[in-house]
Amino acid sequence: MPDLMHGKLERSATGLMLAIVAAASVGGIVEIAPLFTVDDTVEQVKDMRLYTPLELAGRDVYVREGCYACHSQMIRTLRDEVERYGPYSLAVESQYDHPMLWGSKRTGPDLARIGGKYSDFWHVAHLINPRDVVPESNMPSYSWLATTPLDVRDLPLKLQAQRYVGVPYTDAMIANASSDAHGQAVPDSDQATGVSERYGEATQISAFDGVTTNVTEMDALVAYLQVLGQLTKAAYENPATSEQVPNPND
Amino acid sequence: MGQLTSGERTLGAAILIVLAILGIAMAAVGQNDPLGTHGGMIFLVSVGLLFVLISSSFGPEPDPARFSKYYDDPIKVGVALTLIWAIFGMFIGVWAAAQLAWPSLNFDTAWASFGRIRPAHTSGVIFGFGGNALITTSYHVVQRTSRARLADQFSPWFVLLGFNLFCLIAISGYFMGVTQSKEYAEAEWYADIWLVIVWVAYFILFVRTLARRKEPHIYVANWYYLAFILVVAILHIVNNLAVPISFAHAKSYTVWAGVQDSMVQWWYGHNAVAFFLTAGFLGMLYYYLPKRAQRPIFSYRLSILSFWGITFFYMWAGSHHLHYTALPHWVQNLGMTFSVMLLVPSWASAGNALLTLNGAWDKVRDDATLRFMMMAAFFYGLSTFEGSFMAIRPVNSLSHYTDWTVGHVHAGALGWVAMITFGALYTLVPSIWKRERMYSAGLVELHFWLALVGTLIYVFAMWNSGIIQGLMWRTYTQDDTLAYSFVDTLVAMYPYYIARAFGGLLFLIGAIVAAYNVWMTVRTPEPAPSSAGEDLPLGDRPVATPLPAE
Repeated sequence: MPDLMHGKLERSATGLMLAIVAAASVGGIVEIAPLFTVDDTVEQVKDMRLYTPLELAGRDVYVREGCYACHSQMIRTLRDEVERYGPYSLAVESQYDHPMLWGSKRTGPDLARIGGKYSDFWHVAHLINPRDVVPESNMPSYSWLATTPLDVRDLPLKLQAQRYVGVPYTDAMIANASSDAHGQAVPDSDQATGVSERYGEATQISAFDGVTTNVTEMDALVAYLQVLGQLTKAAYENPATSEQVPNPND
Repeated sequence: MGQLTSGERTLGAAILIVLAILGIAMAAVGQNDPLGTHGGMIFLVSVGLLFVLISSSFGPEPDPARFSKYYDDPIKVGVALTLIWAIFGMFIGVWAAAQLAWPSLNFDTAWASFGRIRPAHTSGVIFGFGGNALITTSYHVVQRTSRARLADQFSPWFVLLGFNLFCLIAISGYFMGVTQSKEYAEAEWYADIWLVIVWVAYFILFVRTLARRKEPHIYVANWYYLAFILVVAILHIVNNLAVPISFAHAKSYTVWAGVQDSMVQWWYGHNAVAFFLTAGFLGMLYYYLPKRAQRPIFSYRLSILSFWGITFFYMWAGSHHLHYTALPHWVQNLGMTFSVMLLVPSWASAGNALLTLNGAWDKVRDDATLRFMMMAAFFYGLSTFEGSFMAIRPVNSLSHYTDWTVGHVHAGALGWVAMITFGALYTLVPSIWKRERMYSAGLVELHFWLALVGTLIYVFAMWNSGIIQGLMWRTYTQDDTLAYSFVDTLVAMYPYYIARAFGGLLFLIGAIVAAYNVWMTVRTPEPAPSSAGEDLPLGDRPVATPLPAE
């Protein structure tokens, strides 16, 4: 009987096609569709802030250089990870991440809570030559970022596109994107005040690469790294216990 | 392209002219952006192809007798492209592996840094090598098993060359930093749109050819090719929905965010493995293995069970890549459950293949080509077992983020995908070029051992490094503090990184040997034509030259 039914199916290209599409659709629909409607997929937190234009530009540099190939941004609910990296990652922390950069391989350490852990100076030295600060490192050098000026002209377009996909940037944020990027990397400039107005007092305004005369891709990348894990304090406020995985030494 | 009719030539010219104009437009609007560079490349490629087309256009109209032959010209070009991408992709892979041990091997250039060449390696081997192998063999298999010629002469070229244009744009983009950072789907929006057009043409061509079949049943291998074409289209479109920042920029933002993006990404990522790297290549296995062993497939019922099991179960399994993450627990558990169940249909196919060889072991011993296919089936069984095992939560907590995953992926890529492809190519090449056999059986033998030893070194190095690193990360001292810093675990990896680069190098040398062997096979003079009738489609016979009655 099953053979008979299948015999029919394999005589008809259309039937076979429809059956394949039907069989292959169920899993995706069951697992993906509810993620958009179930309330507890992403926690609601009040203090979640947006990436500033400079940080977003830094994120784009991170994407462009394929950093996700070696660094994850997802601290799992495992005891050793929480102790090594910090509180485990919440869904809300990547709520505005298009795309998410959770990664799948750690050739280098996880970066989900790297923000604030090291000084700007350390990051710049590390990116210029990783082996100057970590002799055993096998990370490539990104020294040329410090001499590449950041293209700030595209930033309004980028914020606009981010708004299309659901990130709540305001009109003022989009209109001032280029000047905000400049202001965040040049403290004491006129443009700097607008950044804290639009993105909050906690926004770090700093000469990230140590040079205040220009805005480079290094400024952007360091600004991004320094805000990782700092967009909301939610993960630090509910220190729920992490899962215990058997200790190999026990 | 000499066989194109004048209508098909005009269509080809029209499409190439449109592409060339599109290329110029992209070059103009994207002057200060990689998009402009890509526009220039598209323009050059279209103009180059236009010249090839025009230079062949002065020939006479094709002989109506062509309908009594299979259309093998695109297959020949496809074989060459497959081997070129194999060598390119594997070379980049060895280079990337070497960079992990010796970071200065990027020579301090941005384009050659690890983060940019790694996607060039994965896309080069998966899409360049694997994709061309799939398109090429599907043209061969669907004609022979349907006993019908490809539906027309234009679309096979459009699909093959269009797909290679996609690969070219995608991979040259990574060197320039054009990527959307979605694993196995790094290409940006315009390359993705182009791929959709090519893929729809592929689907239509495949189905039209099936519709011309002279056999009542659709042969098993074609089920797999059909599933591969259909589901890859669905996966590609959903995963790559994105908003470009403007039509003059290569940059876009994916519409999915955060946790939803992670699920879509791995639903796609895991099923790229399922429908590109498994279903497609199972199509290859189900045709070339019985053919080469000269034995029918062991069990028809197992084929059915395996096919529907794979088509249904795989789609659920992607979330096992997200254990212990912010993805809701229930999705993680569903993914794990289906991943474990997936072992049944996977082993049904692996067993079906190995049992087909039962009774032909003497051939396996003597014929390195058949041995390639046997090892492929063996590695398929091994990596699907490993995959189900690694999807189990506690195992995954150890393996995830380590080289164990890389080792697992390469047991599949080198052991299964590449070996079945080489087995298929060694069967296909003499048949298409009408030679008795490959130029050198000894070189096939040499290639087999290079490939096998390379794979074993690679996989064992990665198993070791992965498990060691995973264990070191979670080792505690007696004072209940972490025993190792991250850098300690990285230092422990260096010997394995070197071993892996060496294993990969052996595999690359094997691929070069294969390319040389194929080149020499094609160059040997064609033997005197045998009596026609062996390898010809049924029907579509020209009135002038009726085939002899059977």
